[in-house]
Amino acid sequence: MIAALFFYLFSAVLIASAFLVITSRNPVHSVLFLILAFFNAAGLFLLLGAEFLAMLLVVVYVGAVAVLFLFVVMMLDVDFAEFKQGFMRYLPVGGAIGAIVLLELVLVVGGWRVDAASLANVASPAPPAMSNTLALGRVLYTQYAYLFIAAGMVLLTAMIGAIILTLHHKVGIKRQDVAAQNARTPKDAVELRKKSFRQGV
Amino acid sequence: MTPLSLALAHSLPEVILAVGVLGLVLYGALRGKASDGPVTEIAVGLLGAAILVILLGFKEQAILFDGAVIDDGFGRFMKVLALIGSLTALVMGQDFLARERIDKFEFPILVLLATLGMMVLISAQNLISMYLGLELMSLALYVVAAFNRDDLRASEAGLKYFVLGALSSGMLLYGASLIYGFAGTVDFAGIAAATQGHVSIGIIFGLVFLMTGLAFKMSAVPFHMWTPDVYEGAPTPVTAFFGSAVKMAAVAITVRVLMTAFPGAEAQWRQIIVFISILSMALGAFAAIGQTNIKRLMAYSAIGHVGFALVGLAAGTQEGVFGVMVYMAIYLVMTLGSFAAILSMRVAGHAVEQISDLSGLAKNNPLMAFFFAMLMFSLAGIPPLAGFFAKWYVFNAAIQAHLYPLAVIGVLSSAVAAYYYLRVVKIMYFDEAAPAFDPPTPALRVVLAITSLFVLFLFAYPALFIDATATAAKSLF
Repeated sequence: MIAALFFYLFSAVLIASAFLVITSRNPVHSVLFLILAFFNAAGLFLLLGAEFLAMLLVVVYVGAVAVLFLFVVMMLDVDFAEFKQGFMRYLPVGGAIGAIVLLELVLVVGGWRVDAASLANVASPAPPAMSNTLALGRVLYTQYAYLFIAAGMVLLTAMIGAIILTLHHKVGIKRQDVAAQNARTPKDAVELRKKSFRQGV
Repeated sequence: MTPLSLALAHSLPEVILAVGVLGLVLYGALRGKASDGPVTEIAVGLLGAAILVILLGFKEQAILFDGAVIDDGFGRFMKVLALIGSLTALVMGQDFLARERIDKFEFPILVLLATLGMMVLISAQNLISMYLGLELMSLALYVVAAFNRDDLRASEAGLKYFVLGALSSGMLLYGASLIYGFAGTVDFAGIAAATQGHVSIGIIFGLVFLMTGLAFKMSAVPFHMWTPDVYEGAPTPVTAFFGSAVKMAAVAITVRVLMTAFPGAEAQWRQIIVFISILSMALGAFAAIGQTNIKRLMAYSAIGHVGFALVGLAAGTQEGVFGVMVYMAIYLVMTLGSFAAILSMRVAGHAVEQISDLSGLAKNNPLMAFFFAMLMFSLAGIPPLAGFFAKWYVFNAAIQAHLYPLAVIGVLSSAVAAYYYLRVVKIMYFDEAAPAFDPPTPALRVVLAITSLFVLFLFAYPALFIDATATAAKSLF
């Protein structure tokens, strides 16, 4: 009963905030509604018992992706009102395509039955009496160790690539060198001169 | 459960490359100099060591790491081809990169990472390792395409390749997720079992998306749009790398996925392969005619040759796979040789890449003109050069599988394609002499000589090569 209540609560807020993401005038509001949508989706995952996926959604999407979005939206001076100018003009075409896709989705998902044979094929089925996180931890570094390392190599490649394409070593920049600063003595930094009185410099 | 030590022993070539890359990254970063120093030589040594380990190592088939990796004859054969491609591209490109002042130590490291990705890709036995291998390879390729970041054309090439590549990766992932959903497994053998007899519409849907992603990596029509621009814009050693090693890996995984995971859906995927094969052959033949840039010409030639190789795959038989492997091996040699000649095109220290710059090469440098002409004849498929045998095996397989229209279209488009290869020869031998090229580096001379002697004399003693290929092809069935 309570689960059903929360399901409808999360779903309603999710749909409403997803709608507001595309309709709100201010792009910053859009991103904030996107974050709200992510939180509600995480809640739905929790209700399904997929607590690891829920936490991942919050950590990765809210913590990294959405903040990055917010950063970009605030950094770049994009005139979003200009993008939306043709909104009403293209609404019939866009709406028609959306309706067709929705219809297709309903037909496909409505007619879809999970094949019993395909369920038997699953390589690592969810073990009973074990939390998601524990089950993942059991296979991630054992059964999937090879793939885990391969993913690590992909990330290393991305890092090297980002550095090689964007890092410019500029010459002639004055940088603070603490050791050089500390090594300075009054002898080589200060010069004392006798000046006669009332003569100016 | 496979013991870890056995799995590591079987994947020793990958381990060598992975550990070597990590060591080189540390060495390059701690060394503090931007130039490549001995990093290229060490990278070439690592690639050579990997080739030796594969040639001298295990001969039997093994599935490792809980079904993520397969070590079989087919994989070993294609891995050696890819490694040869990477190694030769590195050796040939060193001088070019130094002259263009882009000889940073990251270049050999990225080539090694891409090669590691190719090896993961070639020996993939489930959808996850396939995707990770593909992504490791592609990510490094995007960067090396734009490696000359101050050059507008190279940056454009890298960006174009990245955007289209990301799109194709997305399609491939979408297809993989559909296949997983409907087959219940990511394992190739499991998918083959699930598609035995009846193939559900969801799996076919996923298969189409999966093939879209793979066709993009192979640069098969209609997913070829990036090829001419990337080939032209990227630094020439990178183009040689794209044309040789990358093609090997992309074709290998396509053959492996279709033959081992979807034998049950053969009737369905054959239609797609026949379709993209015909389109690739036709576009490769006709679009290359008007080209004036030799790198663009090679790009259209690559598109056409992928079409020819896919003729063998369309047959779907052991002869067909054998034909594809012979084709890819000979194509690798021809591509490396052609790019050795293209890299030698340098007038007064500046690289030139117009076909007209080759005018009268026969007078200025008769030996180079002869070798390049042999490679062009071979690419055109003129007997008794190696390129003829490559085409002969794939068309033979198609005819045995009763794909007569496909074979006829293939022969016709190869006749059309012969025009532009022969035009290059005509320009070299009968046109007014253009300024002479600078003397090529020893590495380029050696590669050019070895490759053209290979295509010239393969017919004299083909047994060793053909037997090795036939044994490797058998392991897939």
